[in-house]
Amino acid sequence: MRKMLAAVSRVLSGVAQKPASRVLVASRNFANDATFEIKKCDLHRLEEGPPVTTVLTREDGLKYYRMMQTVRRMELKADQLYKQKIIRGFCHLCDGQEACCVGLEAGINPTDHLITAYRAHGFTFTRGLSVREILAELTGRRGGCAKGKGGSMHMYAKNFYGGNGIVGAQVPLGAGIALACKYNGKDEVCLTLYGDGAANQGQIFEAYNMAALWKLPCIFICENNRYGMGTSVERAAASTDYYKRGDFIPGLRVDGMDILCVREATRFAAAYCRSGKGPILMELQTYRYHGHSMSDPGVSYRTREEIQEVRSKSDPIMLLKDRMVNSNLASVEELKEIDVEVRGANQWIKFKSIS
Amino acid sequence: MAAVSGLMRRPLEQVTVREAINQGMDEELERDEKVFLLGEEVAQYDGAYKVSRGLWKKYGDKRIIDTPISEMGFAGIAVGAAMAGLRPICEFMTFNFSMQAIDQVINSAAKTYYMSGGFQSVPIVFRGPNGASAGVAAQHSQCFAAWYGHCPGLKVVSPWNSEDAKGLIKSAIRDNNPVVVLENELMYGVPFEFPSEAQSKDFLIPIGKAKIERQGTHITVVSHSRPVGHCLEAATVLSKEGIECEVINMRTIRPMDIETIEASVMKTNHLITVEGGWPQFGVGAEICARIMEGPAFNFLDAPAVRVTGADVPMPYAKILEDNSVPQVKDIIFAIKKTLNI
Repeated sequence: MRKMLAAVSRVLSGVAQKPASRVLVASRNFANDATFEIKKCDLHRLEEGPPVTTVLTREDGLKYYRMMQTVRRMELKADQLYKQKIIRGFCHLCDGQEACCVGLEAGINPTDHLITAYRAHGFTFTRGLSVREILAELTGRRGGCAKGKGGSMHMYAKNFYGGNGIVGAQVPLGAGIALACKYNGKDEVCLTLYGDGAANQGQIFEAYNMAALWKLPCIFICENNRYGMGTSVERAAASTDYYKRGDFIPGLRVDGMDILCVREATRFAAAYCRSGKGPILMELQTYRYHGHSMSDPGVSYRTREEIQEVRSKSDPIMLLKDRMVNSNLASVEELKEIDVEVRGANQWIKFKSIS
Repeated sequence: MAAVSGLMRRPLEQVTVREAINQGMDEELERDEKVFLLGEEVAQYDGAYKVSRGLWKKYGDKRIIDTPISEMGFAGIAVGAAMAGLRPICEFMTFNFSMQAIDQVINSAAKTYYMSGGFQSVPIVFRGPNGASAGVAAQHSQCFAAWYGHCPGLKVVSPWNSEDAKGLIKSAIRDNNPVVVLENELMYGVPFEFPSEAQSKDFLIPIGKAKIERQGTHITVVSHSRPVGHCLEAATVLSKEGIECEVINMRTIRPMDIETIEASVMKTNHLITVEGGWPQFGVGAEICARIMEGPAFNFLDAPAVRVTGADVPMPYAKILEDNSVPQVKDIIFAIKKTLNI
């Protein structure tokens, strides 16, 4: 029990403090911002797409880096806790997909709305809950965001509607939240996420129809990580152009491993919806390192080489880090310090109890 | 509809169940601008059964929304809107079609308040006609009282008369979590006297409380929805033979008001249940089980008997259909059997 408590308390964290010396270093040596080229999005029923260059400030870059690294570490810690049987039942991890949750959040306002399916830990964090509340929920504690009654798939926060266990059911829900946005007239939008597997659910097409008919400010987002559980996209879908599946709804296909691409596409999509034109669809091409869930080793339907290739060439955290270092937005040491802070022991000392 | 509402302000006026539901919705739409109605044909058609007559004309496209034939989709949209703070009334043209959407009703609506540790409430009403109609056959005649009544996280009400219909729909709309309102198509056109308190805009019937429609001493007869009327007819017939039935109108399926039933059984010592739905795992089965688990069991002088719909998919031919639903004669037979007469 002691060991378990110690293990869990090590992962529960508050916000790390920045040492004063770093602030001085920052203002002296680094660029304030840099401009980057990003991949052009494939477009469906759109004349123009998001811009192909974007400006990243040092401040934003550090923020995104820290957030992605936190999501990464949180998911890896959840993996450990699951193997120790401290987390039970279903546990679907999103390591590899950090650019999606952090990039989407970067493109919207806190007053906008977001709903997703069960691979939700990253979004729960980016929508504002602390790592502590999330891990406490995953481990069934009273201090969890749902008081331990929800678990991995049922975590909610302000303007974040879960965490939904039934594949595809969250999409009509998201269209309904968008209806409320339109009804209330406050220019808010709803990001409604689903995976490549869910994209074949009939109720999603019902939601597309009503969203388009009623011009709901709904951004449908297909997080395409190439596999619905163990079934690759080619084996599940007659058309794998998920960004086109909305038919009469305009769509764009986005590089989901590049946080800046995701951010720009989200800004573009949100502006489209806010202008009253109706729904829009984004396909984020991304990848998960883990299997579908903790019960799936994830190597029976794909090769280790494939996983390794994505890790070495397209890892979202690595991509951001390389960009920042190469354009003098940050130093390697500085980013390593963030790694240590996010991962390391000094953060967890404050928390001795869990509930 | 304003004109009709105006007409209804005289004491002891006759109001049909349809008008009562319409009044209830109209008043709640007026009272709270977050309330809105969606469903197939609810707006420009005035409702498939005219229950929402006049509402679209009064409130417009924003509050009264015609949907495409997409139950799973629009039920999900309604639940999402409720999560985001609106107060939707989601109409199923009949509850048979709610099966297409039942995942949204149960998994997205009913369970959410609990799963979220009390964080996320879902103030939605699912309403529509339930159970047998006339000649609509098997796929359009199922009673869902037992199916929805089974699920924690849902409240399920089943009005019989106009007063029930108005008071319960208003309470359902004001409730902050999902309520299923099981109406009855054959009752829509039936007029009832509307007591004066039912004419108030704040007239509410509490969810979870049954009503004793008729006092009696010899036997407790428990029912919900349209069969309540048949029970009262049976009671009138039996009264001439000196048998006084206590007829209880459940009004709410879940949470069930077992206390009222228990108190009655402890007085009469005999019990029958009457419902339109199928017998297995039904409302009557639940009542009998709970009576056995509580204090009233020791007061029973005979086993309780359930009068239910026949255990078959509803047939079409009139004579078969008539004999597939509880009739007054079936209720009288069951009462006499229980009383050993």
